[in-house]
Amino acid sequence: MQINVLAFGQIAEAMNGESFTFSNINTTNDLIDYLMQQYASLKTLDYKIAVNKQIIHSNMPLNNHDTVALLPPFSGG
Amino acid sequence: MNNHLYDRYQRQILLKEFGTEAQAKLFNAKVLVIGAGGLGCPALQYLAAAGVGTIGIVDFDLIELSNLQRQTLYNTNDIGKHKTTVSAERIKAFNPSIHIQTHTIQLNNTNAYNLIYNYDIVIDGTDNFSTKYLINDICTILQKPLIYGAILRFEGQVSVFNLPNKQNICTNYRDLFATPPLPNNVPTCNKAGVIGVLPGIIGTMQAAEAIKIITNIGEPLCNKILSYNVLNNKSYLFDILPITHNSNNFPTTKAEIENFNYDWHCGLNNTVPEIDFFEFEELRKNEEIKIIDVREEGEIPKVEAFSCINIPLSNFVNEIQNIELTNRVVVFCQHGKRSIKAAQILKAKNNHLNIVSLKGGIVAWEKQFNDSIY
Repeated sequence: MQINVLAFGQIAEAMNGESFTFSNINTTNDLIDYLMQQYASLKTLDYKIAVNKQIIHSNMPLNNHDTVALLPPFSGG
Repeated sequence: MNNHLYDRYQRQILLKEFGTEAQAKLFNAKVLVIGAGGLGCPALQYLAAAGVGTIGIVDFDLIELSNLQRQTLYNTNDIGKHKTTVSAERIKAFNPSIHIQTHTIQLNNTNAYNLIYNYDIVIDGTDNFSTKYLINDICTILQKPLIYGAILRFEGQVSVFNLPNKQNICTNYRDLFATPPLPNNVPTCNKAGVIGVLPGIIGTMQAAEAIKIITNIGEPLCNKILSYNVLNNKSYLFDILPITHNSNNFPTTKAEIENFNYDWHCGLNNTVPEIDFFEFEELRKNEEIKIIDVREEGEIPKVEAFSCINIPLSNFVNEIQNIELTNRVVVFCQHGKRSIKAAQILKAKNNHLNIVSLKGGIVAWEKQFNDSIY
């Protein structure tokens, strides 16, 4: 099973890239746990998770080829 | 419409979706632009040029040299002048037939509500979370369309809040980011930088959304947030749904707005004053105070020397709403850490209260209390 991950703003900076593919990840919580292990600086960043463009607020199961996007808040004006 | 005005707007009146009817709608509209900076400048320019009849400009800042790289209404000779004055002058020159109101004030929880009330649409061109959440909460209470914009480095975000779609679904910033991030968790443009054309693009998109909403053409970005990247020209549209469980941790009435401390809510300037044993003894013997124990049920030592109420931190946000508070409040916990958290929550919602935390908690207090007896 493959999951596409898109990172925006300071999240892309922390992950040193904007687009990723991961396998063997079944839920959004699994994905976040995995990302925090891989990219320690994510722990101090805020972001929202979207699964196939829909912003979610709790854990969700993932299906093959789902796209998960990580959107941080910006305050600049 | 006289010939002169027709000529001015002829190119947009020609659009079959637009016509003189839409032009009249623009002339009757009142749009408030909060922040005359990177986002505000292009938004103001296009709203004025398009013929929005009444434009309000809110800003407190003076023009600085470092603004000129992106705030294109200003030039080098304007440094040191108020942004409101100069931007009003410039857009009045673009279009003398519109009415411009300047508000040279620092927007806060006591002046924002009545100001926003008088406009039809608000454009958020602010540069900090305290003001973004303040504006969002007020526009949500008033059910007023809020066109949100935010930028950082090479990326920007645009959205329209409080505008119901055809299914009558309506969302706001708190349905996306329910609570503000911690201050150090998000870089600011002052520190992380921003490419000058980015606010030009995002602010122009905000003006476009305002024009679409006023004239009722196209599909405004309601229940969606657009993320745009200058470097690769990629954009991504997120769907936002209402959050059904309300945390009760933000104002939902005008009165609650006026009692709310948005800086504290956003984790800014939120140092809680602490008092030591002697100050606490003095207070509780001589003044009318409310003492709140924020420890969880069953934690020891139990307090018998003075009366207090117990509101565990784990449910503090909900339970505190039912408690009548006096002017002075002392919060304590076991060692003085959780009580600071509780004091911050309390202060955010009750800006007028004098709230202190007992240093070292009940453990330190008890030790000194026993020492003072023997």
